[in-house]
Amino acid sequence: MNAAGAPAASLRMRVLAMAERRLPALTRLRDREPLPIHLHRRRIYVLPSMFGIVFAILLAVMQLGALNFANNPALLLTCLLAAAAWMSLFAGFRTLADLQLEAISSTPCHVGEMAQVSFRFAVSARARPSLRMRCGGIDHPFAIAAGSAATVNMALASERRGWLRPGRLRLWTDQPLGLFVIWSWLNPDISILVFPAAESPVPPFPLNAQGQSERSSSGDGDEFSGLREYRSGDPQRRIAWKASARHESLLVRESERLFDDDLHFEHATLGGLDSEARIRRLTAWILAAEAARRSYTLELPDQRLGPGLGDLHRHACLRALALMPDAT
Amino acid sequence: MRLDQRQFNLLAGTALIAVATHLMRLPPWLAVSLVLIAPWRMWSRQRTGKAISVWLRVPLVIALVAVIIVTYGNIFGREPGTALACGLLMLKLLESEKIRDARAALGFAAFVMMSALLFTQTMGFTLLVCLSLVALLAALNALQPAPLARRHPLLGNLRSGLLLLGFGLPLAIAAFLFVPRLSSPLWGSPDTFADARTGLNDRMTPGSMTELLVDDTPALRVHFDGEVPANSARYFRALVLWDFDGSSWTREGWRPQLDLETVEAGSAETRYEITLEPTNRPWLVALDVPLAPPENARMTYDRTLYARNRIDQLRQYQLRSVLGYRLDESIDPRDRARALRLPDGFNPKSLALARQWRAEGRDDNRVIQAAMELFNASFTYTLSAPMLGRDSVDDFLFDTRAGYCEHYSSAFVVLMRAAGIPARVVTGYQGGWWNALGNYLLVRQSDAHAWAEVWLQGRGWVRMDPTAAINPARIEAGETATSGGQDSYSGSWLRQIRNRLDLVNHLWTRTIVQFNALRQKSLLQPLGIGAAEQRDLLLALAVLVASILLAATIWVMRSVRSKDGDALDAAWRTLRQRLARRGLTDRADEGPVDYLKRIRASWAADPALPALEQLVRRYVDLRYSRGAADVADVQAFARSIREIRAPRALDRNPRRAT
Repeated sequence: MNAAGAPAASLRMRVLAMAERRLPALTRLRDREPLPIHLHRRRIYVLPSMFGIVFAILLAVMQLGALNFANNPALLLTCLLAAAAWMSLFAGFRTLADLQLEAISSTPCHVGEMAQVSFRFAVSARARPSLRMRCGGIDHPFAIAAGSAATVNMALASERRGWLRPGRLRLWTDQPLGLFVIWSWLNPDISILVFPAAESPVPPFPLNAQGQSERSSSGDGDEFSGLREYRSGDPQRRIAWKASARHESLLVRESERLFDDDLHFEHATLGGLDSEARIRRLTAWILAAEAARRSYTLELPDQRLGPGLGDLHRHACLRALALMPDAT
Repeated sequence: MRLDQRQFNLLAGTALIAVATHLMRLPPWLAVSLVLIAPWRMWSRQRTGKAISVWLRVPLVIALVAVIIVTYGNIFGREPGTALACGLLMLKLLESEKIRDARAALGFAAFVMMSALLFTQTMGFTLLVCLSLVALLAALNALQPAPLARRHPLLGNLRSGLLLLGFGLPLAIAAFLFVPRLSSPLWGSPDTFADARTGLNDRMTPGSMTELLVDDTPALRVHFDGEVPANSARYFRALVLWDFDGSSWTREGWRPQLDLETVEAGSAETRYEITLEPTNRPWLVALDVPLAPPENARMTYDRTLYARNRIDQLRQYQLRSVLGYRLDESIDPRDRARALRLPDGFNPKSLALARQWRAEGRDDNRVIQAAMELFNASFTYTLSAPMLGRDSVDDFLFDTRAGYCEHYSSAFVVLMRAAGIPARVVTGYQGGWWNALGNYLLVRQSDAHAWAEVWLQGRGWVRMDPTAAINPARIEAGETATSGGQDSYSGSWLRQIRNRLDLVNHLWTRTIVQFNALRQKSLLQPLGIGAAEQRDLLLALAVLVASILLAATIWVMRSVRSKDGDALDAAWRTLRQRLARRGLTDRADEGPVDYLKRIRASWAADPALPALEQLVRRYVDLRYSRGAADVADVQAFARSIREIRAPRALDRNPRRAT
């Protein structure tokens, strides 16, 4: 029994291996692939649509009627319609073949927000109307004009913190008559970072190590550390007017708060909350600290980030929070 | 998905086109109400944005079925069936709100278009219906989401439909040629499709042919093997009418009679092929006098040909005839009695005249001559013959003295019978128009003719055409029935054109409409297969279709990748090439800003410089200052590059900058 099963299994493996070689798309159903993804003809599949099947039956009935009544003009009409229907298969195939997904860009978002993802398709030599990209059960129709590129934007619901993977995308069309469905599966290697949701309303900052409560955020204790370009929202008094006059753009004094002024967000001290609630609170504090432009340190069970302030630091902290293992 | 307005309008338009192919046959009020459904629905949809309520739709469908039953007495059969299909298609519009509905309606529209061809198969009509497929495909195409941005989306849809039909043409022709035809229908028989058609009747009442004689539609077309008979010999006989009841000539039904009149040929055989237009009657037409019946037909004792079924579609058959002939010298006594029988109490004056001729001692030939002279002396040929009373032959001979072939043959036969000469009326066609280009004889319904045959001792039945005896000067309307046409046609240029056009129609009929199982068998002759079996045809079909599809597949599969960048790059390349032709070398390693510097240096004082500078700046702006340039901007940019005035040519050997 076992002895008989082994060759069969190896045969199956051989068939699968061959299929993998010949039909990459079969395995791409599972494996993520790097960009750019070129829709080679081998990974494009065609089947008649439901309407196509009904239409074929209708054509068969028409053909039979024309033959039965030996009515050649009616037969000619039926043949013409059937031939046009066949040709629509080729037209549809051409719409999809050699399409190239060039780039995917996304912006991080917090749980509960919609993650904006845009897929950019490379410049196409021919026009490709009525393409559809199916993701999460929703079709996003788009068209590519001849000699131009196209971008498909879609918003994905983010339900959990961490990596959001759009998974397999179905790129399909039933251009031009709706008789054949032509499709290919894309599994681009992308993941969108979803930050944890922030607790709301924002709880007060925790006491720091010296027992001081939060203090007004004046610039008194600031230590001048350098100049950077003005960003909207920077207080006016921080603009380095003299230095700005020498350059073409506004410059702002970048300051680093004194160590003892540093906010200290510690995962371990939030004992009264469950794991996800802690993460939400830490997130809220980070966002509040950034808004108040106060330097902060994030201390997690396995790593310590900061002290620091600014986009990079915030991103690193939120990322660390987003990727914290689930409490189980 | 809900249909937008454009999609819906295209759907309604296609449904209208499909119904329009049937309009001529529908009762006018039904046609008008069906057509009006479309604008009503469009208006209502624009106003309310919803489908017509089911409480209105269901009664309308019931009303439609009721109307059709009342009009046609049935909902089955070709006429009522297609009327019902037209009605349902239009009513389908009332509920069509989704893509699904639209697709169902369009599929049904295809069916309605095809059914129109069950009634009319002329070339023009078939081409029109085939063209209406473009609308159908365009409407299907319009249902696609995210079409290309176009100024006229409709043109895009139509173009796509036309392209599909065009590319499909080879496949369609292959399928048309090689789909095996059925040698007998699978179900039903087309003869349930009885239409009232004009054509020869088996009852002749003087005055009844008037409609036929002005009907210009073709009745038959004849191809001759070898010599074409002279016009005066082109008598195509259809029916022999024996029995006269005082007003009409009729023949009894088919009588199984074994003793066919023998024929003694007085001239060579003429072989020919007749293509007979459908008549819905069983009899066939043959050149006087046929020797043997064609396939699937039989010949009666008086050399009338009957097909096994009614001629409800074009029919082609081969025949042999002899034009100069001598029929059996003997006559069956029953036939002789029949050929002498006259109704009692009709036409006393005519009978008296004939008997008087006999009393004057004339023999058969002299009596015939007397009758012919009578017609020649004072009779007029006219299609608008005056009405005749109860004694129709008396009225004609002694009173009105005007009429056409029916009157003459009828009066002649009555005179002959009264004089004791067996005689009968023969109807058919005479003459025809020789189409030299197509090498065939066209016989129209207006060539219908009636003549007489008399039985003479020692000669058998002899054809006599009393109409031909009329003095040509007395022919009122230049009608064809007298001389057989060719000459009298010449006055009318319209007829000339129509006769010539008939060639196209005839070619269509012969090659397309008449393409049957028999013809199909000889299709593979060039390959050395004399009579192709169904198997051979299927093989040929498979091979042809497979090779066409293979060619299409290879063509589609060849990789097309854009190697040269997008439209903006292409436009930019055009500019650089143009300037290169003017002497500015194109360097691959140079960006647009450096390129602009060189342009300034090369054409410092040239009037074209400002425009060039502006173009380069526009390119930089389009290429680098935004994410993706707007398609319209790029198109405008490409246009201005094409339109720009070229600067003067630089020296052939530009000095190198040092």
